[in-house]
Amino acid sequence: MKKQSAIIFTSVALLALLVAPHFLKSYGVYLLTYWLVFILAAMGLNLTVGYAGQKSLGHAAFFGIGAYTVAIMMKAGFSFWLGLPAAAAICFVTGILVGFPALRVQTIYLAFATLGFNTAAWLVMRNEEQYTGGTFGINNIARPELFGLSLDGALAYYYFTLGVTIVFGLLLFGLLRSPWGKAFTALRDNPIRAESLGVDVRNYTLLSFAIGAVYAGVAGALFASLVQFIDPAPFGVGQSIMMYLMVVIGGPGYFFGPVVGAAVGVVLPEWLRFAQDWYLFVFGSAVVLLMIWLPDGLLSIPDRIRARRESREASAARAAAVTAAAANAGKGSGA
Amino acid sequence: MSGPLLEVKGLKKSYGAIRAVGGVSFQVMPGEIFGVIGPNGSGKTTMFNSVLGQIEPDAGEIHLNGQNITGLSPLQLNQRGVGRTFQTLQVFGKMSVRDNLIVAAQEHRGTMWSRMFAPGDSGLGAKADELIDLFGIRHVADKPAGSLSYGQQKLVDIAMAFMSEPALVLLDEPCAGVNPSLVGGISTLLKQLNQQSGVGKRASSFVVIEHNMDFVMDLCHRIMVMVEGEVMAIGTPDEIRANKQVLAAYLGS
Ligand SMILES: Nc1ncnc2c1ncn2[C@@H]1O[C@H](COP(=O)(O)OP(=O)(O)O)[C@@H](O)[C@H]1O
Ligand SMILES: [Mg+2]
Repeated sequence: MKKQSAIIFTSVALLALLVAPHFLKSYGVYLLTYWLVFILAAMGLNLTVGYAGQKSLGHAAFFGIGAYTVAIMMKAGFSFWLGLPAAAAICFVTGILVGFPALRVQTIYLAFATLGFNTAAWLVMRNEEQYTGGTFGINNIARPELFGLSLDGALAYYYFTLGVTIVFGLLLFGLLRSPWGKAFTALRDNPIRAESLGVDVRNYTLLSFAIGAVYAGVAGALFASLVQFIDPAPFGVGQSIMMYLMVVIGGPGYFFGPVVGAAVGVVLPEWLRFAQDWYLFVFGSAVVLLMIWLPDGLLSIPDRIRARRESREASAARAAAVTAAAANAGKGSGA
Repeated sequence: MSGPLLEVKGLKKSYGAIRAVGGVSFQVMPGEIFGVIGPNGSGKTTMFNSVLGQIEPDAGEIHLNGQNITGLSPLQLNQRGVGRTFQTLQVFGKMSVRDNLIVAAQEHRGTMWSRMFAPGDSGLGAKADELIDLFGIRHVADKPAGSLSYGQQKLVDIAMAFMSEPALVLLDEPCAGVNPSLVGGISTLLKQLNQQSGVGKRASSFVVIEHNMDFVMDLCHRIMVMVEGEVMAIGTPDEIRANKQVLAAYLGS
């Protein structure tokens, strides 16, 4: 029942994603592509934060490392198709290294450690001008070709990004359904118990960072080729916080949480343009209100409804039992 | 013929000026249920956690099947067939009861790499079902463990320790906070698990910390009495009942 509705929902959503761009102007298509890129990045962060429980505030650094890897390699004459796996590999290794502090510190302390990493990475992007172009960035980043087809057009690049997002979404889905998914969740819910049951907390912690980083790296590579110009600005601490919010707003530990969260994170700022200088204030307040109302994110709404219905049914059953008992007692005394 | 399964020699642990465990030695034989009793603060949990690698003892040696396992991590001990429960409830609240049981044994199957491609239940569905039925928690098997009543969670907590069919299980107050009607049930369960009536299961030994005296006297083959970090007596339930020192210091109160 639940499975069926999930399948129907996913099919409808996929169909919508396939036809939607035909009804949009090129800026709309660009925005949709932008959204997909952030879904991909947030899916990775959802693994690290939502499933494995590692409070990472450095995700934008991986996003940036992916983007710069592709941009620098393409400027050096390498193909995008070499840059993409290179971005993934570099992010995997960096992710493992960034995971090490998580073996020692947790919660807010881990958040600060990863924030520090993000700041350091951002400084490298800004200061290593000979490679990164510093604050001037790298422009005219080309879009790749696929089987001889140019992905230059907005529509073509959208479908390409959609394809990559779906493939990586399926890979993550498979991973989360395998024993690894349970191990990550056990690590999040109770690392001490998990270790006492044979879960290698160290390996799974490092891997949750590394795999999450790969998703950010791939998203960064797609981002570089989408916007075709990168500078350090979108890879700073602010972006990491934004990505974290996307995960939290959508629902950490919900597979489709990042889809919703990224939509809020990408589309809401567009809608709030009218607010201009007040935009950040309005956005921040909206997030605070949402977190008070729905601490487990938007996708927790169905679960909440279900829980409420179940508790209502349980109390109705209790009331019925009490009534029945009272009726029996009444009969007993009457007889 | 065969030596002790677990041997603890001269175990010591202090917290600053507090000597929590002051030189504890005992042996647990294969198949034995070994009880540990003693007033609150007598060092039982500290002794457990030192044996299990959760905290580092100041002195002493621990041997499992004749092998020195002193200083091994909780992970390494679990991989060598040592299971445990904690004094406080420790279930994975958001996972279903069934998934709690499966994750409790899945890491004993295959390698990290092979587990990436293994089915979600790691082929442990039948084993989980067996314990679900034994523990009488079928009706809540698909609910999140965190949504269960305290007593039900305690049952899940205990069942998890047995999923990987460990040779030695250490249980820290399995009946704490459980209503009296369930205490008898837990005792029966532990006896069943100990006597491995099922086919193809290994004999297992337990070390059980418990306050409930009837429970301990009925369940355990031998009992160790700890007072202020020291061993006051070790013996069969009858010997412990008859021990004047124990009567005066502990049972008498
Ligand atoms: N982490 C700790 N830090 C300081 N003192 C502790 C700690 N853990 C236990 N103790 C002390 O060690 C003694 C033994 O505690 P514990 O092993 O929990 O006893 P029991 O399990 O028999 O009730 C107590 O005096 C307790 O206060
Ligand atoms: Mg204790």
